[in-house]
Amino acid sequence: MKTTILTLTATLLLGSAALAEPVKVGIAAEPYPPFASPDASGNWVGWEVDMIGAVCAAAELECEVTPVAWDGIIPALTSGQIDAIMASLSITEERLKTIDFSDKYYNTPTVIIGAKGDDFAATPEGLEGKIIGVQVSTVHQAYAQAHFADAAAEIKLYQTQDEANQDLVAGRIDATQADSIALDAFLASEAGACCDSKGAVADDPAILGLGVGVGLRKGDEELKAKFNAGIAKVVEDGTYEKVSAPYFASSIYGG
Amino acid sequence: MRLYPHRILLILLAAALVVWCAVSLRWDWLPKYLPLIAEGIWRTVWILVVTAVLGFLLAIPLGLAQAAGPWVLAAPARAFCTVIRGTPLLLQLWLLYYGLGSLFPQYPWIRGSELWPYLRQAWPYAVLALTLSFAGYEGEVMRGAFRSVPRGQLEAAKAMGMPRLTILRRIWLPQAIQRALPTLGGETVLQLKATPLVATITVVDIYAVAGRVRQDTFIVYEPLLLLAVVYMLITGVLVLGFRWLEQRRPAKVA
Amino acid sequence: MEALLEAFPSLGLLALEPPGWGGNLLRGLVNSIQIALGAFGLGLVIGTLGAYGKLYGGPVLRDLLAIYTTVVRAVPELVLILILYYAVTDLVNQALVSFGYARVQVSGLMAGIAVLGVVQGAYATEVLRGAILAVPVGQVEAARAMGMPPVMLARRITLPAMLGFAMPGLANLWLIATKDTALLAIVGFGELTLETRQAAGSTKAYFTFFLAAGALYLTLTLVSGWLFGRIERWARRGDREMGRARG
Repeated sequence: MKTTILTLTATLLLGSAALAEPVKVGIAAEPYPPFASPDASGNWVGWEVDMIGAVCAAAELECEVTPVAWDGIIPALTSGQIDAIMASLSITEERLKTIDFSDKYYNTPTVIIGAKGDDFAATPEGLEGKIIGVQVSTVHQAYAQAHFADAAAEIKLYQTQDEANQDLVAGRIDATQADSIALDAFLASEAGACCDSKGAVADDPAILGLGVGVGLRKGDEELKAKFNAGIAKVVEDGTYEKVSAPYFASSIYGG
Repeated sequence: MRLYPHRILLILLAAALVVWCAVSLRWDWLPKYLPLIAEGIWRTVWILVVTAVLGFLLAIPLGLAQAAGPWVLAAPARAFCTVIRGTPLLLQLWLLYYGLGSLFPQYPWIRGSELWPYLRQAWPYAVLALTLSFAGYEGEVMRGAFRSVPRGQLEAAKAMGMPRLTILRRIWLPQAIQRALPTLGGETVLQLKATPLVATITVVDIYAVAGRVRQDTFIVYEPLLLLAVVYMLITGVLVLGFRWLEQRRPAKVA
Repeated sequence: MEALLEAFPSLGLLALEPPGWGGNLLRGLVNSIQIALGAFGLGLVIGTLGAYGKLYGGPVLRDLLAIYTTVVRAVPELVLILILYYAVTDLVNQALVSFGYARVQVSGLMAGIAVLGVVQGAYATEVLRGAILAVPVGQVEAARAMGMPPVMLARRITLPAMLGFAMPGLANLWLIATKDTALLAIVGFGELTLETRQAAGSTKAYFTFFLAAGALYLTLTLVSGWLFGRIERWARRGDREMGRARG
């Protein structure tokens, strides 16, 4: 009983403290264009960085973008180094056991790319004997391990998607699986000239999740309500389209 | 180590802590990952042994060149040791793996070469980087060790008409190694502590396995605790091994 | 030179002003030096206390310090950093929350300094313990005989006298501190290695940026080596005269 009261007062104190302090929104400290990447002057730019600004403004929250290592982004949230994650983190059942999510703010298909001239399909049969590279702690790692582990020669884990792309260019891996937007951006770049898309993978909502949401600590209902309201508002009043227009030809909000 | 009353208390406290960890933390993932963990430990130990042995073999000429070599040999050896010791191993590793890797597309013939199956994998870069690093640090240690062998012994051997290579093999090198052994033990532990860095270039050592457990299950602290215990155990084995080596002094030198 | 520029057309990427990434690298270097300085300082404080505790503390304190130095020196820094970075901030926050206080926000800089400082402290304890033991017993006994209180004895006699003995070990520790800051790249702190990785990843010029960062680290090492050499000569300024007097 005593502890309940303590926790209750703590939550109240926490709530009031959260109002005064800016909300630390964690992004991955590794470049993930076109969503978030550092520019030459040390600022973070990209669609997701703009979207953080838009959602926070709509939710009337004072937000501070805080880069943390992708592989430790969930521990950073649960240990209190950041208050929210907006780093293309898909809403999955596995993650919901540890953290909470807002409503989704984008949802895009998952694709596999490989070297031009190396023709294969994004299926277990097509990937027979191939070396697949994925970024650690992503839904793509979980998906590849669940669906391609038996067929593929090896599944290599990279700290960043950039490094997986780099090793695809270098020829150390045959294929990499990631979000279609991120891989399209890579294929359009100079380095991506080597490769082309092998198509989308078969959907598996249990692993790939139901879109990307704001990751939040469990029990942080107040912040969750604010982010949900903020996302709903930017989608409704057209801010979402305005933010997306410079980056994408069509909406990535998804169904 | 004497068993004072307070030590018994400390041991009891430690035992209580272990029991608490075993009971109240989550270990249900352990059976499923045991094969992976065993593989990871094996790979860590393998990398440690291979790089320490190769690195030490490289360190002998590096130390000798600096201690007694002509200027043309001493200067590059010195420069090599300075560069290796002056930059972080993590950076050296990434330079070798991603830096060299980024050059491959510019030279298509590399992919056709017979070395390609090796260049394609990550472990050769890990072994190369860790070997060079160990050689850099140990080259410095061996330089001191070679210098510390009393000149008189070498001069006596020369006076007896012993060929230079024989002097090195029979007198100089064994004594230098004997003198370097305590330092080498410590440096090998440091090398063990450097091995988890290879996980950042996709080599699956025990550190990477712990990461995999966290990524799959979202359990954060338990795999890290397991890692700490595994590294402490390997360190213990290394320390005991080197102590045994030190005590086994060759009778002729002593 | 031309061949070099041809092989690496990306050298222009190192320019200090955007679109060059040199400015980011230098900012990272400043962060690295800040953390290294903080960690080294914290390590010295822990090390001095630890060394005195190991030499003059009670049996319990001595055993606890032995556990601390053994564990830190046996477990990879990378693992310690992860444990301390996540677990300790988590525990502190859980404790604060359960006692009714608000969560503290641990800045990356403070966390980095604390984590590396704890690691440095273990090594510094050993270095300083050895150095204190190397101070001639006669000097300490003479001061005690003159009735000098313990704190003044430490400040006036032991600490200055041991500095010369401790200098090589401390110089080595400083170099380890500067290089260990690179490990914070793994937890996403924006020091030199992470800035380099970001720049390399964004521009795909991996070779150029890693080489440039290597040159920066090497410069830092060489400059500090020179500096520590001077400090050591200064710290040992009394030694030679004593040797002469003895001879």
